[in-house]
Amino acid sequence: MNKMKIRNYQAFLPLLVLAILILINLLKGADYFSISIINGALYGNIPNILFGASELVILAIGMTLVTSSSGGQDISVGVAATITSSVFVRVVLNAHEVTLMTVLGAFLVSCLVGIAIGAFNGTLVAIFNVQPMVATLILFTAGRSIAFLIDGRLSPILANRITNQIGSVIPGVPVQTPILLTVVFILLFSILLKITNLKLYAQCVGINQKAARLNGINPVSVKLLTYIILGVCSAVAGFIAVTKAGRHDSVNLLRFIEMDAILAVAIGGNALSGGKFSITGSVIGAYTIEVLNRTLLRLEVGTETIKAFKAVFIIILMIFASPVARGTAAKAAQWIRARFTGIVRLPASKKAEASEGSKADVSVEKEV
Amino acid sequence: MQNVLEMSGICKSFPGVRALHNVSFSLRKGEVHALMGENGAGKSTLIKVITGVYEKDAGQILVDGKAIHFRSPQDAQNFGVGAVYQEIMLCPNLTVAENLFIGRGQHALVNWKQMKEKAAQLLRSLDIPARPTQQLSSCSLAVQQMIAIARAIDMNCRILILDEPTSSLDEEEVQKLFRLMRELKARGVGIIFVTHFLDQVYEISDRITVLRNGEFIGEYEAASLPQFELVSKMMGKALDDVSQIKKEKSASIQRGVPVYEAVGLSSTAGIKPFDFTIHKGEVNGFIGLLGSGRSEAARAIYAADKVIGGEVKVNGKKVKIREPMHAMKLGIGYLPEDRKSDGIIADLSVRENIILALQVLKGFFKPFSRKQAEVFAEEYIKSLSIKTASTSTPVKSLSGGNQQKVIIARWLLTHPEYLILDEPTRGIDVGTKVEIQKLVLKLAREGVSITFISSEIEEMLRTCSRLIVMKDREIAGELSGENMTERDIMHVIAGGGTKS
Repeated sequence: MNKMKIRNYQAFLPLLVLAILILINLLKGADYFSISIINGALYGNIPNILFGASELVILAIGMTLVTSSSGGQDISVGVAATITSSVFVRVVLNAHEVTLMTVLGAFLVSCLVGIAIGAFNGTLVAIFNVQPMVATLILFTAGRSIAFLIDGRLSPILANRITNQIGSVIPGVPVQTPILLTVVFILLFSILLKITNLKLYAQCVGINQKAARLNGINPVSVKLLTYIILGVCSAVAGFIAVTKAGRHDSVNLLRFIEMDAILAVAIGGNALSGGKFSITGSVIGAYTIEVLNRTLLRLEVGTETIKAFKAVFIIILMIFASPVARGTAAKAAQWIRARFTGIVRLPASKKAEASEGSKADVSVEKEV
Repeated sequence: MQNVLEMSGICKSFPGVRALHNVSFSLRKGEVHALMGENGAGKSTLIKVITGVYEKDAGQILVDGKAIHFRSPQDAQNFGVGAVYQEIMLCPNLTVAENLFIGRGQHALVNWKQMKEKAAQLLRSLDIPARPTQQLSSCSLAVQQMIAIARAIDMNCRILILDEPTSSLDEEEVQKLFRLMRELKARGVGIIFVTHFLDQVYEISDRITVLRNGEFIGEYEAASLPQFELVSKMMGKALDDVSQIKKEKSASIQRGVPVYEAVGLSSTAGIKPFDFTIHKGEVNGFIGLLGSGRSEAARAIYAADKVIGGEVKVNGKKVKIREPMHAMKLGIGYLPEDRKSDGIIADLSVRENIILALQVLKGFFKPFSRKQAEVFAEEYIKSLSIKTASTSTPVKSLSGGNQQKVIIARWLLTHPEYLILDEPTRGIDVGTKVEIQKLVLKLAREGVSITFISSEIEEMLRTCSRLIVMKDREIAGELSGENMTERDIMHVIAGGGTKS
């Protein structure tokens, strides 16, 4: 019961924010939800949000894992995606003829590069115990230059039917391809969590590394694994971003997305210090950020000032999500409940004695 | 000789705990006075009262014959009280000179040259082998400790508290530290020395004060208090009324086959190579004072610390245990001493905490279904009567005793052949304690071998059929059957060997 409440609050906050944002949008214009069909595919605000948030959602999922196991964040995800996509573009452009197989092959190669990047960051963090942010700062600084070197020239253009369709719409399919890819990714990821102990292991290592080791979990390999998975996430995000754009711009591709990915994890109610996590929260968090961006644009906030408005909004959100505010909210809820129902809820320690015959005798941590 | 510090009738309580009750302590000019007691005896509390960290509830403190009331550590410092703790509270990345003087002057500007000269002078006068410009972290631990002491001395400290200063030093370093202590003694500094090493107490101390359960037991001249009596005073067993406790031992003399055998086992935690064997269905225990190496021995068996030597056989077969996982696979379970930092995964649910070890044994790609996990958790919540609202309650919201039961459940679920329980009953209520002891005996009857470690001697006598006595990080003797009495244990700890 207790857990349910905490969880509810965790999901409640981003959902509330989403609701508020949507309300603002509806006030601005009642046609917010309207969807039109152009060239056989769905367009409108909602499809656009889903389309726009694809990369962010995928990166936020990987970031959640890394945050959980290592208690830190990878700030090189955007750069990593730029490198992997530069490899993708290079392979595609070097092919004599662009077929589905070459695109698929190029994508797999870029995934391997993503794995290598994840292994590099993961090694620094897991084996050499470098602070995650410092470890990934290396690639963050050097990565775009590396991508530029791989490109071989300025902004190579992907002008072919297959990658165009992957970045926009496949004829006959009413939903834009990046949305489908995101859905597939989320599905595959939930299957991964279902058939492995990844979640349990990552959480154990993040909460108490020493205890995890004494129970046979190898903290080094678990951390390494989460970084490798994040590397794959980067490769997928890079693939989607470059097919969307149709050209590879090593300077601007997915620029600053790492901060949004970290923010998505935080908005999703996950502690940035690691431990327990909720992927659902992070996914909702990612979409919330996208909705926020688009809402500010819709409200005709200038592109130059949009970041300042976003910051104000996020400060408010973070204050509400903070443990202090949560505690206050819990107390307020209790007070309101007592007012309206006349039932005074005792603190858990007293509940034991006063429990109404139920098995709710939870004793609170007693420090001896 | 003149008393530099005199305390009498000191009382200090915390909510629900009486930490100090009517404790007296006096310190002469130029003496080393050992403060002795087991875990929870009140040594730390007394030190915190002296250094002004805690305010006393009642009692009197006289410094140089004048009644003093310390309100803060700063206050105590001004009266010449200095303390050096086991964990050196200096800045490792600053130089020696900076560490000696920083934070003391009120000047915003530092005269570096003068500071260096003063530091060099101070180091020379105390014969400390360090240069002022050297980074503190490049000095050995012993030298760092000496620098911390030098800092205190330079602040005109007349009452110097050394809390466990030797626990991370080797023999040679200890001697260096002792030389410095003697030098300070000669200068008239009164030193309060807290340690768990009995031999060191006798080597350097003039007098000994013993505390037990927050009470003052006595003040003795070191020369006239045999080690044997000191141990008995610390453990609280008057030698005359050592009453043998009836055990529900069931023909424990007859031993089964050896389950685990080690020869020359040693680990990075500083335990000296030791031999150890446990038989099927046997309950044995490591006994000794805190810091004797009893936990380190257990950790070496489980490879919780890095194992650096020794040959191990499990069920007669030669094996290598280098990681906890190896031990787990061989059917060994380990309940760590520190439940909070090594045992529970605080934020995870009771269910996840219970299935953890078995789940890890089963493998990364074979997670238990939620339903199966629930069945396991429910089973042990019931059989160990763990008090929890549900299987999904975070384990951190349970009481200490119930958390401990969760970890016990975790290991029982793996059906171990050999279970190591390090302080399974510490900090938990009497009822649960008895339950755990009974459980240990029941498991042994079912054929599980158990190593039991506890600070409580009665508990050890009640549950174990063989005791391995540890002292100064090595095995000092082994007791079983007739010879297993408190008197014998104390004899061995005090260095009398295994005579009865």
